[in-house]
Amino acid sequence: MTDAGRLHVVDAPLSPPAPRAGLLEVFRRRYLLRMLVKREVSARYQGSFLGLMWSYINPLSQLFIYWFVMGKIVGRSTEMFAVHVFCGLIVVQFFIETFNAGTRSIVRNRSLVQKMAMPREMFPVASMLVSLYHMGPQIVILTVICLFTGWTPDPVYLLGFLLALAIIAALGTSLALVFSVANVFMRDVSSFVSILTNFVRFAVPMIYPYSMVDARFGHFAQYYLFNPIADAVLLVQQAFWVGTTDDPDAIHAAHIPDHLYAYGFLALGIALVMLVCGQLIFTRFENRIPEQL
Amino acid sequence: MTTHSSNTSIVVDDVTKTFTLRYHRTLKQMTVAAVKGRDIRGKFNALDHVSFTVEQGESIGLMGLNGSGKSTLLKLINGVMRPDTGTVLTRGRIAGLIATGAGFHPQLTGRENVYLNAAVLGMSEAETQRKFDDIVEFADIGRFLDSPVGHYSSGMFARLGFAVAIHVDSDIFLADEVLAVGDKPFKQKCLKKMQEIRDSGRTLFYVSHAAGSVRKMCDRVLVLEQGRLAFDGDVDEGIKFVRYDDDEKSDGDELTAGDTDDELGADI
Repeated sequence: MTDAGRLHVVDAPLSPPAPRAGLLEVFRRRYLLRMLVKREVSARYQGSFLGLMWSYINPLSQLFIYWFVMGKIVGRSTEMFAVHVFCGLIVVQFFIETFNAGTRSIVRNRSLVQKMAMPREMFPVASMLVSLYHMGPQIVILTVICLFTGWTPDPVYLLGFLLALAIIAALGTSLALVFSVANVFMRDVSSFVSILTNFVRFAVPMIYPYSMVDARFGHFAQYYLFNPIADAVLLVQQAFWVGTTDDPDAIHAAHIPDHLYAYGFLALGIALVMLVCGQLIFTRFENRIPEQL
Repeated sequence: MTTHSSNTSIVVDDVTKTFTLRYHRTLKQMTVAAVKGRDIRGKFNALDHVSFTVEQGESIGLMGLNGSGKSTLLKLINGVMRPDTGTVLTRGRIAGLIATGAGFHPQLTGRENVYLNAAVLGMSEAETQRKFDDIVEFADIGRFLDSPVGHYSSGMFARLGFAVAIHVDSDIFLADEVLAVGDKPFKQKCLKKMQEIRDSGRTLFYVSHAAGSVRKMCDRVLVLEQGRLAFDGDVDEGIKFVRYDDDEKSDGDELTAGDTDDELGADI
């Protein structure tokens, strides 16, 4: 342009405007990710009188129900049954919330998806982080209860707890990626997913101890341990529940399977492979998201 | 692929974008359609082998009837969509008024939403903080800043979105019939701001039905007709090509009444 004052030099290269790096791009735009997570978190209880208190009341009420119905009415003999259940509940809630909210995330954010160029993996990942955030109060409750019952933290077992979180985070995100796209094409998917997640709490040693699976199914019990969520639950129980019982060593021997860490890392490996597959599937169908919304 | 000079801002090369239309969504409808032998889905080309190149600092007016592919083209340049065939290349940061208020959360306050929206538009935290006062001043929503945007009037909502978008440092600025909302003083303010953007040498891509504002803002016009690039060139000829001029004259006073309304883009 010849006019004076019209000089605007751009030294960026010519490149396709659509983001292409997928999940990597999500972590490159951490600030936006943080804002999206913050939006979900602060919008959740906005306008409610008790606010964040609900994040404590909800899990406490669930804990009470399981303790009362399963512990007192049905009369399960498992020691510290409430803690046993709660360990499972935390993991299952994290997974279910990630899976459900993640599946709906793209459709729910359609105004953004249709108008802004941003990696769309952002939304399932943000759903996972929001679920992780909501887990915080539950862990606080669990820790307080455990400390009251004479539990001393064991660093190795606590690392197992982190492993459990990593398993669920990767697994939940991979499923959320695939199903969030599927949900764009067919809204039935979110209903299907919520049915699917109903089964999760029965597929993990939550309302029954692992020793029962072992006793009923014999050497088939090892196949049960190929369920990554079950491994995560057992890792959490090992970190918290075992330490609250009268004789932790005996309980550990009886209720926690051998080679749990091996299974745990196998589960993490599977989850990471699924994450890569999820990304590939997501990329394959991503192009048609804006027109289908 | 031809090489482009270092001054090229946007390259659209032989781009086609096809949409699949699904006439029926539910199982029931699809069964009925299948039994009656009707089509369940169809395809159409929203953009059909479109090619053009834009140099840095040009201001382009994109015109065409509704459904001619303007918004699709803008989405391809913005990176929201990818072309099915052909390539779209851009240089530098893109901002625009096609996403005003996108991502506003009705339960969050205006202040929170400014930060969120700025992040969506690619601004960093420091950048947002630096520009926050300017944004608020431009939006002119006063003490509503700290109440949830769900309570805003539609004009206030649009103003806040516009204010954020216009403060993004961009190299390419896209505007899609943005001035439909907002009162006259605000429209004037926006137009002035867009002229500032144009005069600072940024590439401007302006979609409008309003011949007056295109004439005022742009130095080149592209016209789309059913997904094809039908005209590329001089502003006045372009406006003549889409025949908005004729319509205005023949339709009499109603449309030409008040030149300013025309200029300000009384987009329908």
